[in-house]
Amino acid sequence: MSMRIALAGNPNSGKTTLFNVLTGSNQYVGNWPGVTVEKKEGKLKKNDEIIVTDLPGIYSLSPFTPEEVVARNYLVGERPDAILNIVDGTNLERNLYLTTQLAELGIPMVIAINMMDVVRKNGDNINTDELAKALGCRVVEISALKGDGIIEAADAAIEAAKAGQLTHRHIFSGAVEHAIAHLEEAAVHGLPEEQQRWYAVKLFERDEKVIEQLNLPQTLLEHIEVDIADVESEKDDDAVSIIINERYDYITALMGRCYKKKNPGRLSVSDKIDLVVTNRILALPIFAVVMWLVYTLSIGTVGDWTVGFMNDTLFGEWIIPWVTGMLEQIGCAEWLVSLIADGIIGGVGAVLGFVPQMLILFLLLSLLEDCGYMSRVAFVMDRLFRKFGLSGKSFIPMLVATGCGVPGIMASRTIESERDRKITVMTTGFMVCGAKTPIVGLIAAALFDGGAWVATLAYFVGIAAVVVSGIILKKFKAFAGKPAPFVMELPAYHAPIPANVLRTTWERGWSFIKRAGTVIVAAGILIWVLNSLSFEGGFHYITEEVGGASILEVLGSVIAFLFVPLGFGRWQAAVATVLGLVAKEEVVGSFGALSSMADADWAMGAVESMDSSLSIIGQEFFGGSKLSAFSFMIFNLLCAPCFAAVGAIRREMNSAKWTWAAIGWMTGFAYAISIIVYQFGVLFTGGFTLWLIPAAAVLIGLLYLLFRKNKYELK
Amino acid sequence: MKTLKQTKIGAKAKVVKVHGEGAVKRRIMDMGLTRGTEVYVRKVAPLGDPIEITLRGYELSLRKADADMIEVE
Repeated sequence: MSMRIALAGNPNSGKTTLFNVLTGSNQYVGNWPGVTVEKKEGKLKKNDEIIVTDLPGIYSLSPFTPEEVVARNYLVGERPDAILNIVDGTNLERNLYLTTQLAELGIPMVIAINMMDVVRKNGDNINTDELAKALGCRVVEISALKGDGIIEAADAAIEAAKAGQLTHRHIFSGAVEHAIAHLEEAAVHGLPEEQQRWYAVKLFERDEKVIEQLNLPQTLLEHIEVDIADVESEKDDDAVSIIINERYDYITALMGRCYKKKNPGRLSVSDKIDLVVTNRILALPIFAVVMWLVYTLSIGTVGDWTVGFMNDTLFGEWIIPWVTGMLEQIGCAEWLVSLIADGIIGGVGAVLGFVPQMLILFLLLSLLEDCGYMSRVAFVMDRLFRKFGLSGKSFIPMLVATGCGVPGIMASRTIESERDRKITVMTTGFMVCGAKTPIVGLIAAALFDGGAWVATLAYFVGIAAVVVSGIILKKFKAFAGKPAPFVMELPAYHAPIPANVLRTTWERGWSFIKRAGTVIVAAGILIWVLNSLSFEGGFHYITEEVGGASILEVLGSVIAFLFVPLGFGRWQAAVATVLGLVAKEEVVGSFGALSSMADADWAMGAVESMDSSLSIIGQEFFGGSKLSAFSFMIFNLLCAPCFAAVGAIRREMNSAKWTWAAIGWMTGFAYAISIIVYQFGVLFTGGFTLWLIPAAAVLIGLLYLLFRKNKYELK
Repeated sequence: MKTLKQTKIGAKAKVVKVHGEGAVKRRIMDMGLTRGTEVYVRKVAPLGDPIEITLRGYELSLRKADADMIEVE
């Protein structure tokens, strides 16, 4: 007989470790429908009839954060056969708060008190018999890390499910219990008996989702309201607060009976570490050193080396030449060889090239998360970033994105608040990444005598775009209404658990390969088709003998007019921009190929050495206008990122709508800034075009969005 | 009304009531800041906000704006 056991508990309670030990490699990782909350399911190692669902770590069953909603809907709607409630023994008091809520669901439950090894080492004492008696369910002592008591806990959950025995639930004061009993009788009598308690408590709390779900007649609701109001006036508090207060009162009393701390008030090792790490003076320098290490290892030395190896050596020198040679040998048509080698394998290579670098980054991030430093990052940086609608944890994505936007966007995974995470994903791509620097170099060398200030300005534009976008976006309705109070636990530091860190690293890397891979490969094929086929003189594949304008060129001429207001309306600039979507550094190569030099490699090489011969490009495509070229640079730095980054956005947003919103925002913002820069630039250098009028309108619009009052701000 | 925001670093306070409403209030109370809870203000972040407090045997950080909704004695 198959059976479902749900694993529920607070964040940082060791739930993930327990889940990994219970299920081994028998896991399926996905997303809960409609949200970006990770869903993990697995079969019990020794009995594959038993399915274990790892619910997101939550503090409460209130309906506010996506994690809580997911966990609650699963428990109430799907009703698993048993709940295995994992409780951190070193943080018993607050962990039991969720336990009191789970106990009301009318689902058989077993409590696993984790980290018992640490509790014993500290000399503290938990009276599990007393706890079991009070809560009316089995209480098992475990250490997920050491593997102690795991089998016992799983067996207890299976037994509880079979026996169907329910927990004790009467914990509130007389007046409240009376009202709840009344509500059970009046409103939820038709429901199965074991479910009545939970619904009655929620009705007492005036839980909107439950009221909506039960669809009670108006007269009954008014009748209930009288009951609730009576208790509220008696207790001089609102119903929600009464319930929370009484739950904690109950727990405080229970703690008095079940828990003995050996050395109250003594500083633990974790406390001592924290005295240094978040010290008022030392916190920022330590933060800077940690960030420097993350950056150097993932983007700098090691990461850079792996990307170079994967792209240039593995794919560039080994795989693609080998495949090409083999296909030619078996007599494949030239176009097919090109499609497979350049379009498909090139596309796959573009994805895989980032993977080692990303694994290094994810490894470092999961280390930081697992040891507890990540929440200190948020603590230290919160004040600065929340002004821009971002989270303290947005610092890491932004920093990483100066190397590569793809891991940068993926790094936003560590931000809990969905709102902050979405804004971070939508703005991280503005940073000037490694692949955008050749564009900056090209423009600097072609028109500004290689001035280093161009690069400085480019970085400034990127950062300013993040800040301005953040301020504008956080005032939109889509980002409001979801309150994200910054009330965050700072978990005790502990040594990272290698198995967890490696597993998290791999899961994140693999999910990128799967999701981003499909987007990038499809886009790679599309661009190959556009770039290699021509309609000129009959539909054909472009070779050295049979030339003709590629579909991309034709398309470039068609859309070039869009860029006239921005000052770079030639078709070559449009083509370069489109090719920049494949990889930003392609912009340089395509200009080289389209110029009178007709050589992509020449342009790529000249950018490396900032060669003055690049002024040819400045003359041919921008008519020698510094302003045009500058506007082109800004547009290409800010507009839709490369396909690999789009794939990462798609992965993180987990929604087509939000992916398009992100691309739309970035491209629209790039267009707005470019038109303002170009048209006002023309005005200040003594010229004038009619496009100044829309440019001025865009400027006023942006300023309005930037400075308008945030009507959704929560007070 | 004295609030947690006004409580000095290194000082202890006892929660009287959490003001405000809706999700923010609920979240603060869910984390254990309920009537009668002993709170120790441990430190303030390097940039001056948020603060870190100890309650019910664990560490919690919250913004000063939210701390201002918590009445203490």
